[in-house]
Amino acid sequence: MAKLRIGVVSPEREIWSGEADMVIAKTVDGEIGIMPNHAPVLGVLVEGGVLRIKRGDGGDVIAAVHGGFISVANNDVSVLAETAELGSEVDVAAARDALQRALASVDADGEDTEAQIEAKRARARLRAAGEEV
Amino acid sequence: MGAQLRLLRRRIRSVKSTAKITRAQELIASSRIVKAQQRMEAAVPYEREITRAVSAVLSNSADVDHPLTVAKEQPTAAGVLIITSDRGFAGGFNANVLREAEALGGHLRGRGLEVKPFVVGRKGITWHRFRDRRMSGEWSGFSDNPLYAHAKEIADSLVAAFEDENGIDEIHIVYTEFVSMLTQQVQVKRILPLEVEETTEEPPEGPLPYYEFEPTAGEVLNQLLPRYIESRIFNALLQSAASEHASRRRAMKSATDNANELIRVFTQRMNQARQAEITQEISEIVGGANALADASAGKE
Repeated sequence: MAKLRIGVVSPEREIWSGEADMVIAKTVDGEIGIMPNHAPVLGVLVEGGVLRIKRGDGGDVIAAVHGGFISVANNDVSVLAETAELGSEVDVAAARDALQRALASVDADGEDTEAQIEAKRARARLRAAGEEV
Repeated sequence: MGAQLRLLRRRIRSVKSTAKITRAQELIASSRIVKAQQRMEAAVPYEREITRAVSAVLSNSADVDHPLTVAKEQPTAAGVLIITSDRGFAGGFNANVLREAEALGGHLRGRGLEVKPFVVGRKGITWHRFRDRRMSGEWSGFSDNPLYAHAKEIADSLVAAFEDENGIDEIHIVYTEFVSMLTQQVQVKRILPLEVEETTEEPPEGPLPYYEFEPTAGEVLNQLLPRYIESRIFNALLQSAASEHASRRRAMKSATDNANELIRVFTQRMNQARQAEITQEISEIVGGANALADASAGKE
């Protein structure tokens, strides 16, 4: 079966690239699963989403992806993230800390949209690291 | 005589300590060029992909008119983003950028536009302050190591000014392109409004596929264009940072060479002076001894 060629890039570096069987990402319309020979798609990703790259026997790659785009064409998948982090790179303690602080700000001021986004990001990072949130 | 020797010795000492500083600066700059170059290369995949995505949306949907791609019929003001460095000691780096910016300003004024400078880097900011020019935006403190967050901040304020009715109608950018270790070139480019090229030629990698959009082409473009501008600005910042280090290295290298040459000349002169002094002392002693010998010979 054909494989997908995947590149996850942020403006500052290439985060991951390789081949895989399936990619699951979260766009503003909902979750989207990409398998080989998918029709060309260009989608906007949500803030604080989790990207799953299924590699069959190679194990899965999970990354926290904040904002950005996914583009699919001819089995080439590129994920352009504003910031992204592989699950294995997440500093769990720091992410928990960030989540606590963001939640405290949201409690204090329900209109604090920046803190809400911050909370979403922290949750995504924890989920990418395989932690329960 | 002794005074001249002392003077030369003092000058040699001071030139030597200057050479030490410039040599250190040169070494620091050369080690940073490598890092800056790596960061430039690391940013390439993102830029390539986002450019591809923008072309894909624009070529797929000819009917999408986005405010960022439409030129105003009667432009009245233009923003010029000038990227300079925070520190000097970099030869003509900042002077070149500012000269090109001035030339661009003159050209824009010739078209009847008001020029609003947005300046990055302490050197450019002081240059404008000194001349009492009002800046519409200024950023400093990161010229030698820019982060994406900095590019985002700059892009946000430029796009906000562009979208504002009474803001600016065009955005140009003046930065230094890093061609190679030895060549850096000042570039002047228009970043907004985007130029949509109508072409029938096929792109080099074959025709772009017909994309589906999530959620809609317009919404994707709305999100995509600001990111594209950010990435263009980020690229300019990275290029300028690498160029800054390269021109600092070159300037400091020629300063070190010059100092070493000065030290050579002064040492030679000092040795000459010392020898002349010794010769004179010897001839004085010999003369004195002869005179004494003559005097005692006369007595006998």
